[in-house]
Amino acid sequence: MSTTVSDRFDRLRAEPLVPAGRPAGALVGSVREVIANRSLLDLLIRRDLKSRYKDSVLGFAWTLIRPLVQLAIYYLVLGRILGASRNIEDFAIYVFAGLTLYGLFSEIVAGGTASIISNAGLIKKVYLPREIYPLASVGSALFNFGVQLIVLIAATLVSGAFPWRADLLYFFPSVFVILVWATALALLLAALNVYLRDIQYLVEVLVLLLMWASPIVYSWQMVSQHASGWLLTLYTCNPITLAILGFHRAFWVAGPDSEYPPHMLLDLGVAAAAGLIALFICHRVFTRLQGNFAQEI
Amino acid sequence: MTIDNEIMPPAADAAFDDAPVVVSIKDVSKKFTIRKDNSLKERIVTLGRAGRRHSEDFWALRDVNLDIRAGTTIGLLGPNGSGKSTLLKAIGGILEPTSGTIERRGRLAALIELGAGMHPDLTGRENVYLNAAILGLSREDAEARFDDIMRFSAIGDFIDTQVKFYSSGMYVRLAFAVAINTDPDVLLVDEVLAVGDEQFQKKCLDKIREFQEQGRTIILVSHSLGQVQELCDSAVVMHHGEVKFQGSARLAVKNFREILEGRRVAEAEAAAPEEVATPGKVERVTLEVPGRAPGAEVQPGDELVIRATFSHTTPLDRWHSGFKIENQFGHLVYGTDSRQLRLQHAPLVGSATVEYRLPDVRFGGGPYFVHAFFAKANGEHIAIEREAARFVVADDDTQSGTTRVATVAREITD
Repeated sequence: MSTTVSDRFDRLRAEPLVPAGRPAGALVGSVREVIANRSLLDLLIRRDLKSRYKDSVLGFAWTLIRPLVQLAIYYLVLGRILGASRNIEDFAIYVFAGLTLYGLFSEIVAGGTASIISNAGLIKKVYLPREIYPLASVGSALFNFGVQLIVLIAATLVSGAFPWRADLLYFFPSVFVILVWATALALLLAALNVYLRDIQYLVEVLVLLLMWASPIVYSWQMVSQHASGWLLTLYTCNPITLAILGFHRAFWVAGPDSEYPPHMLLDLGVAAAAGLIALFICHRVFTRLQGNFAQEI
Repeated sequence: MTIDNEIMPPAADAAFDDAPVVVSIKDVSKKFTIRKDNSLKERIVTLGRAGRRHSEDFWALRDVNLDIRAGTTIGLLGPNGSGKSTLLKAIGGILEPTSGTIERRGRLAALIELGAGMHPDLTGRENVYLNAAILGLSREDAEARFDDIMRFSAIGDFIDTQVKFYSSGMYVRLAFAVAINTDPDVLLVDEVLAVGDEQFQKKCLDKIREFQEQGRTIILVSHSLGQVQELCDSAVVMHHGEVKFQGSARLAVKNFREILEGRRVAEAEAAAPEEVATPGKVERVTLEVPGRAPGAEVQPGDELVIRATFSHTTPLDRWHSGFKIENQFGHLVYGTDSRQLRLQHAPLVGSATVEYRLPDVRFGGGPYFVHAFFAKANGEHIAIEREAARFVVADDDTQSGTTRVATVAREITD
């Protein structure tokens, strides 16, 4: 802390003049800014998590109650009553694995889309790299994902089917694909939502649709029996489908190889690469739009 | 509108002379587009040509050029909607200018709205760390300053209570305490000094003076003209997004008052277009000190003679006249009018001259300004002439202040 006037002036003279607000460099500048503010990012994630269940008796238990109820519904209604579990062994683990990963996706997209609007107070008054708000949603979604993952692992241990095998490594590319695509969508939709509030309602519908467009409560095999050729290819090309399949491969030991499309690792790699390109493009759109955030909110 | 660019008086401290520029604003313009449709359906319906009819361009800033040097305190004045806050937000990087560039250096803290980053569900302590991080302080720095923040805010044991249970005063005190403890080189202040009780306000002003001594730069938006004159070295007057005046705080305040007066006249014209808004005028004001040459320093005990000539286009049956004397900080030192003096003016036809004699004037040393005005019977001002006359009272190195008293001091020994 410089206390004397001349010290301060000398220091200021040595500093270069920088443009107020966002530095011109696109991706590198943004990454550097976010890294410079990582402790703030950490605090924002904590704030999101702490304030969400503050003053509630059950607290963090609520992060589990929703997926567990979902699991119960799908397991009972789809599995037992409609008979989906006859074709899928260990149906509970199958469904919960899918719901856990899809929960990560939907929370990032929904939370990220609303993040700019819900931090309007900050955006209007303080300059911070705006990417930090969608990223904070990613952070808190990851935390909840972690909690559910522990439950999933516990469930595999209890049922005596812990996936001790090489396929467990499918976990990493699957989560990576989901993270990259969800973050890309969150950035894009967060920026668009500032200009068109319809986006956040659209996202709710989109998240619901996408859940049924990937093999979470039914299996890929069922799709491949009914659809073939280009339709099946299109269905399988969906990065969420690929990631869910990879996640099943990691945690659901009961599944035979016929449950999965061939060349899965390659497909996941392509989905990850495409996701990185999408992330780059969405971030460019975000940087273009963010200059007017403060006046449009 | 007069623009007289008086060079601001050199600061007392020699170190301030070659101070580096901390904020450099070049040809900055900011356009706001006001849209009247905001949902997808409306946007699609009004696409294309119709869409343009549904939006309106508004220039909040137009070709603003300004260099702010380190160590100065600069006031931004202007009527509501003149672009002061937009300029402040553009300096803070919150708004991006439509054209032009703003460059700055040093650590910047914005007191644009206190407690912007406060979350009601978190405790005071958690909010301190969150707010400090928002203002660019690392965790270690925030921990090191935590005691200072606590002391300044005087929150006490409530620090571990959720801030939603705070009184509005406590809320603001905590936010202010965090903001000023972030060691900023440039502090942006927008109308926030008017918060808290009197004692806290005084504390804030003391802190701002301390910042000035430490060579920090303060950019202040305020509607309190007295505060601007007291705190600022120089000021900028904005009107309709343009810089109308830049110079000493006192002249800026005078300029700003002229803008307000112009607006009052325009509003009066809009309200009653058939009436002439300025039927009355202060024609002439003279100031005389019997026995001294014009412009000579006034000595204690001198007599002041103020003569003011007023005119009105239509005859006035009953009217009042008066004057005010303000010091260089815009503080009223003395003022009176014919109503207070129980003087009944004869009906005003054409013009009339009123003489005020002020015997035995004992003001403190320094310059003073005389404003003359006249008003209707109900007290509504017809016209005021600001700084119609000026005089300087001789300094007396035995005392300070706006009045002069011959104090006799002695030590009391038992």
